[in-house]
Amino acid sequence: MAAPLQCLSQRLVNWARIKSPWITLFNSGACNACDIEIIACLMPRFDIERFGILAKGSPRHADILIVTGHVTLKQASRLRRVWEQIPEPRYVIAMGACGASAGAFHGLYHVMERVEDVIPVDVYAAGCPPRPDEIINAVVTCLNLLKEDQVHGGKEWRQRRVREIMEPMERKAGI
Amino acid sequence: MPEVTVPIGPHHPALKEPVNFKVIADGEKIVRLELDLSYSHRGIEKAAEQRDFIRVLPLLERVCGICSHSHSTVFVKGIEEIMQVEIPPRAQYIRTIIAELERMHSHLLWLGVAAHEIGFNTLFMWTWRDRELVQDTLEEMSGNRVHYGMNEVGGVRCDLAPHQVSAALERLPFLEERIHQYTDMVNDQQTMLLRFKGVGKLSREEVLNYGAVGPTARASGVDYDVRRDDPYLAYADVPWNVVTDTNGDVYGRTCVRIGELHESVNIVRYCLENIPEGPVRINAPKIAPDGEIMSRYEAPRGELVHFIRTNGTNKVERIDIRTPTLANWTSVAMCLVNKNLADIPVIVAAIDPCLSCTSRITLINTPGGKPGIITFDELRKRRQISDKGRGLP
Ligand code: SF4
Repeated sequence: MAAPLQCLSQRLVNWARIKSPWITLFNSGACNACDIEIIACLMPRFDIERFGILAKGSPRHADILIVTGHVTLKQASRLRRVWEQIPEPRYVIAMGACGASAGAFHGLYHVMERVEDVIPVDVYAAGCPPRPDEIINAVVTCLNLLKEDQVHGGKEWRQRRVREIMEPMERKAGI
Repeated sequence: MPEVTVPIGPHHPALKEPVNFKVIADGEKIVRLELDLSYSHRGIEKAAEQRDFIRVLPLLERVCGICSHSHSTVFVKGIEEIMQVEIPPRAQYIRTIIAELERMHSHLLWLGVAAHEIGFNTLFMWTWRDRELVQDTLEEMSGNRVHYGMNEVGGVRCDLAPHQVSAALERLPFLEERIHQYTDMVNDQQTMLLRFKGVGKLSREEVLNYGAVGPTARASGVDYDVRRDDPYLAYADVPWNVVTDTNGDVYGRTCVRIGELHESVNIVRYCLENIPEGPVRINAPKIAPDGEIMSRYEAPRGELVHFIRTNGTNKVERIDIRTPTLANWTSVAMCLVNKNLADIPVIVAAIDPCLSCTSRITLINTPGGKPGIITFDELRKRRQISDKGRGLP
């Protein structure tokens, strides 16, 4: 699909967003390990800032939201609110085993099963906690997604692709 | 001036973890502090009762990501005492080495965060760079950077090979030199002296009244350290000193932590050089007899207590975790009174707060007004009912 025609200012904004995405961290009740690994990423050894990334406190300035940990019930509505404050197009990275399925805390009475239950997630980083290398990998994947989404003019193409893959499989399985 | 309430959190640029402060201020002066710590409540204590001794350890490690080894060690130490098994000396030494490396990484991390709170970001970067050396050592020994997963009931999971020992020993001189440099910096950097000296003062009596523990207490002259007063692991064999200070302010706490860094380096070196030969684990029984134990441990932030009750099965009947941060919050709330609003971050950071482990649940007004025990399944059921009420899946 060809890139939709965009005005110059929009193209400039897109370029800037890819060159320097700002991230905000949201601790939704993590065990802290994911948080310290992200901070370790910002530090001289791994230095994620070489991708132009800047950690920002306010969600209103951010492009990418990194959710660390499983979502506790009390944090769920706060997470939703923070996510709503991020300007479009917003991207979400869910950290670790907890982000995908609550990890070691699966089934506990004050924990949501997935981050996906509260907000849509674009990239998952694997590990418990993910090593800084994996966090960097997740961020780079997210930047590539950003680029592709701009070519396709939105995020819908990914859902379409998932449907294209899933539907024949489901038909085969008779679901 | 009338009093104003300043709400901070649960999501706030200055906070690393979800917590809610309500600061009641009169102009620039703080009148009172109200805290809500319950945002990361997960229900670990209840879940730990559902899992056997093998499966409970990964869960207990994840109580806190910074002192993960502390939580698993204090638990296996208690269970081993109930089972009356003696683990091999080599395993004791390995546990000690990991524990002290963990203390080093935690204190370096804290020093960086404290420096960041006063706007001294150079030191923040330096300490975190040096911390990577400790992380490398931990990763070499255990395979993980943060949750080491070293402990199991009856010993440790993996042995140390000679090349791991020598690689760890090689890193120590550089770390030692850096720690000396930090000692000098704390004593002659104006930036740090101005923001640390006289801030958040606690007298010895106040510390004892409010029950503060760890470096917070030792900085006010309370000479108490579980490692010396109730020795466990290999601490009885190792020559080391308890670091105390008499300043009682943030400066004192910094000095204590840097002093402990020196001690930790020495303990690690001694243990690595004198590690006894032999097996690293024994076959422990799968079942613990009836028993109750109060297991104590000196975590980087202070005294950590696990109360464990077993009932002759392979699960605990009750586990209660008292973490050092929980003990330290009262002292923070008290020493903030009458201080400047701008000193909140550094005073709060001075106890090295770690919030993922501090929240507990209390049910008041149980049906019938009688005290009783609520089972894990019942709590799950209540959760499902409340989920339906909120329209969640
Ligand atoms: S994924 Fe692992 S390290 Fe990260 S918050 Fe969950 S338990 Fe902690």
